[in-house]
Amino acid sequence: METSLLTRKSPFEWWIEPFGSMRVPAIIYADEALIAAMDNKVYEQVTNVAMLPGIVKASYAMPDAHWGYGFPIGGVAAFDPEQGGVVSAGGVGFDISCGVRCLHTGLRREDIEPLKKELADTLYRTVPAGVGSTGRIRLSDSEMDDMLTGGARWAVARELGTAEDLERIEEHGCMQGARPDRVSHHAKHRQRDEMGTLGSGNHYLEVQYVAEIFDTPAAAAFDIQLNDVVVSIHCGSRGLGHQIGTEFLKSMAIAAKDFGIYLPDRELACAPINSPVGQSYLGAMRAAINCAFANRQIITHLTRQAFANVLPQANLVLLYDVSHNTCKVEQHVIDGQPRELFVHRKGATRAFGPGHPDLPPALREVGQPVLIGGSMGTASYILAGTAKGEELSLSSSCHGAGRSMSRHQALKQWHGRQLIDQLAQEGIIIRSPSTRGVAEEAPAAYKDVGAVVDAADVAGLSRKVARLRPMVCIKG
Amino acid sequence: MGTNRWEHFSHDADIGIVGIGATEEQAFEQAALAMTAVITDPAGLNPQEIVEIACEAPDDELLFVDWLNALVFEMATRHLLFSRFEVRLDGHRLHGHAWGERVNVEKHQPAVEVKGATLTSLHVQQQADGIWVAQCVVDV
Repeated sequence: METSLLTRKSPFEWWIEPFGSMRVPAIIYADEALIAAMDNKVYEQVTNVAMLPGIVKASYAMPDAHWGYGFPIGGVAAFDPEQGGVVSAGGVGFDISCGVRCLHTGLRREDIEPLKKELADTLYRTVPAGVGSTGRIRLSDSEMDDMLTGGARWAVARELGTAEDLERIEEHGCMQGARPDRVSHHAKHRQRDEMGTLGSGNHYLEVQYVAEIFDTPAAAAFDIQLNDVVVSIHCGSRGLGHQIGTEFLKSMAIAAKDFGIYLPDRELACAPINSPVGQSYLGAMRAAINCAFANRQIITHLTRQAFANVLPQANLVLLYDVSHNTCKVEQHVIDGQPRELFVHRKGATRAFGPGHPDLPPALREVGQPVLIGGSMGTASYILAGTAKGEELSLSSSCHGAGRSMSRHQALKQWHGRQLIDQLAQEGIIIRSPSTRGVAEEAPAAYKDVGAVVDAADVAGLSRKVARLRPMVCIKG
Repeated sequence: MGTNRWEHFSHDADIGIVGIGATEEQAFEQAALAMTAVITDPAGLNPQEIVEIACEAPDDELLFVDWLNALVFEMATRHLLFSRFEVRLDGHRLHGHAWGERVNVEKHQPAVEVKGATLTSLHVQQQADGIWVAQCVVDV
């Protein structure tokens, strides 16, 4: 992206002042190198979002922003229903409530090293991953509706987790306002045998160790120390969320015209929050959030079983579970006035600062854990929400590195088998059903996650707490 | 090179698919083949199971996305990968068939599942030379 198109407000804050149909400015948080590497499409998309009705304050792009669908990936935008604000299926994305969950294991790096291969094989056998994989739990129609209403709470009631797990999930593991009756038969059908599956693409389960601590008091509050072993799970609402996204994208593209909403790009398809289609989407999307919570909870249960078989002394306790594709109703103070807004985060992580009432007591003082996913060979990060983030980005931060190379290019450059061998030499064991999938997800096909996280930290969106290095990666 | 063919184009996070054909129907069929190629090599598939597809939309572009999404649904729920397609258009109504094979992970090495066809870079048009092009980005 041409930096000459932007007004630099600080080393990490770039503005596009409103022009044409823009109702608010667009603000990009990144350093100069990240801006230079960003596709011009990010400029176009973050500007387009600023044109939507009822948008409040600004259209934001996080340091990992890249070309998405309508909204940039790494985009944040809040809408006020009292001012004709909209909800957008494209602004949430196909993989509704895709997110990261991080678990303590109670183990140290040296405990895992001698049993790493056995653990990798057991996890790979236990957690279904990849195209066409199916889960062991099949839901009847009424169980499906219960799951869509209850989320992780439903799973815990089925003894697939503990009450303590729920404390460490956004919304306490159960998204209110879910409407299973707004979820189509097709979406439910697509989910029927996908409960407790990782999916494919950039989704994974990793066993990681804490390689670096940046903020000792925050790390202590998160109960992590150098060389502790954690498990990170990255996946979403599976076929159900994909189908809901697909269906509402079409109905909103049609509805927007009826509501007289100007769409600079069809993918921005949206509907007024206070409209039948807007309300139907919100009910269905919230059901999909519960599906993602339940899915990650089942995978957690399977992970605990796998660990119990290989390392019975392990004790997998949930650190936090946070989504990065959502639309949530939140209260934010705008120009001194508290307002209830519908905040879209598309490839962006909620990052509540210290003292936020929605945080569990043990985390309230330090701020919300912000979990940043890596890409097989690269690091992942744990950050914490900041007070400043509220003013800067409605308490939002980045979510990952983002690709720097297309799948096609990656496939030309790497062979899956070689990559697996190379990573094994670096001490990282990969298990995946598809060597082609591994090649397409080559670590070097992604941007430098460290640069993204540094930008989020220096800009003040969230602060660095710890860096994690992979030991085992189960790749979908 | 014949008129009927498919291509991929780059998208930051995902992948774009293009179907090119002498007719609009053939462009739709070729794009479906391009979508399969995102997942696996279509040449490695043995198209033995047949699925019927019907959809309807207010315009050609949404119809194209509907066609692809109907295939995504069938792939996901029947665990099939398709390599042969037949499309008939009647205004903004589509009636089609897809032939495929059940996913065999060892044999097909499926790289990634397609979550859905998007409205990004979506075009269905007849070029000045009469050739039809249908394209969009698919989310993986």
